[in-house]
Amino acid sequence: MNCREFVDFLMDYLDDTLPGRQRAALAEHMDECPDCEVYLETYRETVRLGRRICRDPEGPVPEDVPEGLVEAILAARRAS
Amino acid sequence: MSDSGFEADRDEASLVARLRAGEDAAFEELVRRYGGRLLAVARRFLPAEEDARDAVQDAFLSAFRAIGRFEGQSRLSTWLHRIVVNAALMKLRTRSRKPEALIEDLLPGFLEDGHMAHPAVAWRKPADDAVEWAQLRTLVLDNIHRLPEAYRNVLILRDIEELDTEEVAEILGASPNAVKTRLHRARLALRGLLEPHLRRETA
Repeated sequence: MNCREFVDFLMDYLDDTLPGRQRAALAEHMDECPDCEVYLETYRETVRLGRRICRDPEGPVPEDVPEGLVEAILAARRAS
Repeated sequence: MSDSGFEADRDEASLVARLRAGEDAAFEELVRRYGGRLLAVARRFLPAEEDARDAVQDAFLSAFRAIGRFEGQSRLSTWLHRIVVNAALMKLRTRSRKPEALIEDLLPGFLEDGHMAHPAVAWRKPADDAVEWAQLRTLVLDNIHRLPEAYRNVLILRDIEELDTEEVAEILGASPNAVKTRLHRARLALRGLLEPHLRRETA
């Protein structure tokens, strides 16, 4: 296995949807290739960052709905 | 389920009943209760505030019309989430397309022998404090918006809104396999865009 194939199968590897032999081949490649090990870690971090944005308690307060928007929606409903 | 869970359910059921009865106050309550959350979702797809607000307005109008078909099998918030996602995607379709990068240019490059053309570099530790996280979150969202639209939408739906592959396939009218391929490419591209900002400084 080379790095290109490793990268191709990375998502399936992390989702644990690869057949055993293929999975083992990826793990073996990673043992030999520190670049791909780093690649996997940073790919995983990319996914983690996305998830964190959605669950972010520090993010814009979700309950905070602008008054102007509420008025616009209620007006649009009356007009419809 | 906890008592408060029961209470929330009962509360939701009574709101739905009042909506179906066409009670004006119930519509206002729905908008006030869920509007902020829906706006946060719309903003992730539509960076222009005006567009995000339009999508939320469209979503509530659709919800008002469709409340008779809400079956209560999912939570009201899940149902509304799906509606605002559709409204945001619809709004995106009406926007004139900006020139976008080609996904191929954002994917990792390989040498002829299959080795990486540019070896990956380890990233620094993720942000702990609020200020740093606020910057990081902006960085991630800005770079998500540099992805070509077809890839960006899949990444937002799967990794940020956390819908499953089948739901995303249905919303986008694509096959589950296409969704998976696009998601993987979108992540590869985003990883590459983030790398120069997040790489650990080496001495």
